[in-house]
Amino acid sequence: MSARPLTILGIETSCDETAAAVVRGHPDGVREILSDLVLSQFDAHRPYGGVVPEIAARAHIMSLDGMIAAAIDQAGCGWQGLDGVAATAGPGLIGGVMVGLVTGKAIAAARNIPLIGVNHLEGHALSMRLVQPVAFPYLLLLVSGGHCQLLEVRGVGDYARLGGSLDDAAGEAFDKTAKLLGLGFPGGPAVELAAKGGNAARFALPRPMLGRAGCDFSFSGLKTAVRHMAAALPEMKDQDRADMAASFQAAVADVLVDRCRHAMAQFRDGHGALPEPVLVVAGGVAANQMLRGALAALCAQQGFTLAAPQLRLCTDNAAMIGWAGIERLALGLSDPLDISARARWPLDR
Amino acid sequence: MPQHPYPQAPAESRLILDDMAATAALAARLGGLLRTGDVVALYGGLGAGKTAFARALIQSLQGPLGIEEEVPSPTFSLVQQYQIGQLSLWHFDLYRLSGPDETYELGMEEAFAAGVSLIEWPERLGPLLPADRLEIYLEFPPDAGIEECRRLVRLAGYGGWAKRMQNV
Repeated sequence: MSARPLTILGIETSCDETAAAVVRGHPDGVREILSDLVLSQFDAHRPYGGVVPEIAARAHIMSLDGMIAAAIDQAGCGWQGLDGVAATAGPGLIGGVMVGLVTGKAIAAARNIPLIGVNHLEGHALSMRLVQPVAFPYLLLLVSGGHCQLLEVRGVGDYARLGGSLDDAAGEAFDKTAKLLGLGFPGGPAVELAAKGGNAARFALPRPMLGRAGCDFSFSGLKTAVRHMAAALPEMKDQDRADMAASFQAAVADVLVDRCRHAMAQFRDGHGALPEPVLVVAGGVAANQMLRGALAALCAQQGFTLAAPQLRLCTDNAAMIGWAGIERLALGLSDPLDISARARWPLDR
Repeated sequence: MPQHPYPQAPAESRLILDDMAATAALAARLGGLLRTGDVVALYGGLGAGKTAFARALIQSLQGPLGIEEEVPSPTFSLVQQYQIGQLSLWHFDLYRLSGPDETYELGMEEAFAAGVSLIEWPERLGPLLPADRLEIYLEFPPDAGIEECRRLVRLAGYGGWAKRMQNV
């Protein structure tokens, strides 16, 4: 950390949420989230059985100024209290990313403070360090609606991708399974709730990629199998739904555990006898208690510590973008005002 | 609603694809025909294999050029764009949208004009779906079992595709 506190405005507009936050990092390592605002259309979307995205770049335009003003107001630091501005520069829907990034540039230029263009995935990758000082290197499982990856986090800006989904992300599989079973939205909590009274052994769903070398995932076939089994039932009763949800969740857990086990072996090979290796789980799917339990059991068995940020930091937010900005700025990393927004931006390139 | 320029029944053909390899082969044959301005609409329910078809098509074009880029499901991101040699290919997934008015911000007009567009859940586009297009319907056979890989495929060519689809 630098010799003085760093107060950073974070801006996140890469997908459906418009988010602004102010985060502060102190030289002694103390971290503060001074404000953390997310504008989500969540309740309005419930009837559609899926997120109707606030895709319109103009929707971000309309709300972002107010969100930023409110974040600074709530933080109580004032514009003059900002040491930098960090905005998501990709990957994501290009219109939304541009709105956030250009706004960040304008603030940086007007205030004459550094701009940090943050990779949205780096925000997730470093978010755990906003909560507690997890040391590099650590293993990261990022599981959300749009992403499913295993990464080795070696340092700020230094990531190695061990594997990822060849098709659907895990959260997408949850959402679509919920839709197929006629459960509510969002799919993750709906499936988890339904699964509570279900028999996970009733439906023999496939475990895609299980036992295969490497750390890649595949969830598309699992979704198709749920569809087939649901269609084969004469009638979908509540108990069928519960059993199917439980069987699906167990299949996802088996796959995640198997892939993480491979990643842990690779991580060990690369780093030898790290005394306390850590697996960080981030992304909205990490909120699922059953999956978390399965990963905790794996960690206990493999001598890893499981760490997961609270849900608020797992889903898309601007605090993690601000924090990534602090981490980068503390190392003297900032970006020129002519950096471009990027629709695609793999973390390891 | 604007008058559809091609209200007549399109050229049609039906196929049964036995497995993923047959699906990939069809996708690759189609991929070889694509040029800037083409629109391919992929219909089918959840799990029917729309994304798998699109992925096979994209990879069949990337492969010969040595491009090693992943082809993730665009459900979350709504669109993924690929630059494959001279071809700009846009893979749309409109699953999360509720109607045509939400599609304007996705850059679809640019894609229709300057690229090749593969569109999943094209129903969402309503009247904005270009008149000149190839429609592909993927369905499960009625007797489909679990882990079924067979698919019934119907191709429907509108406009210029009425003729061109003979080569698929």
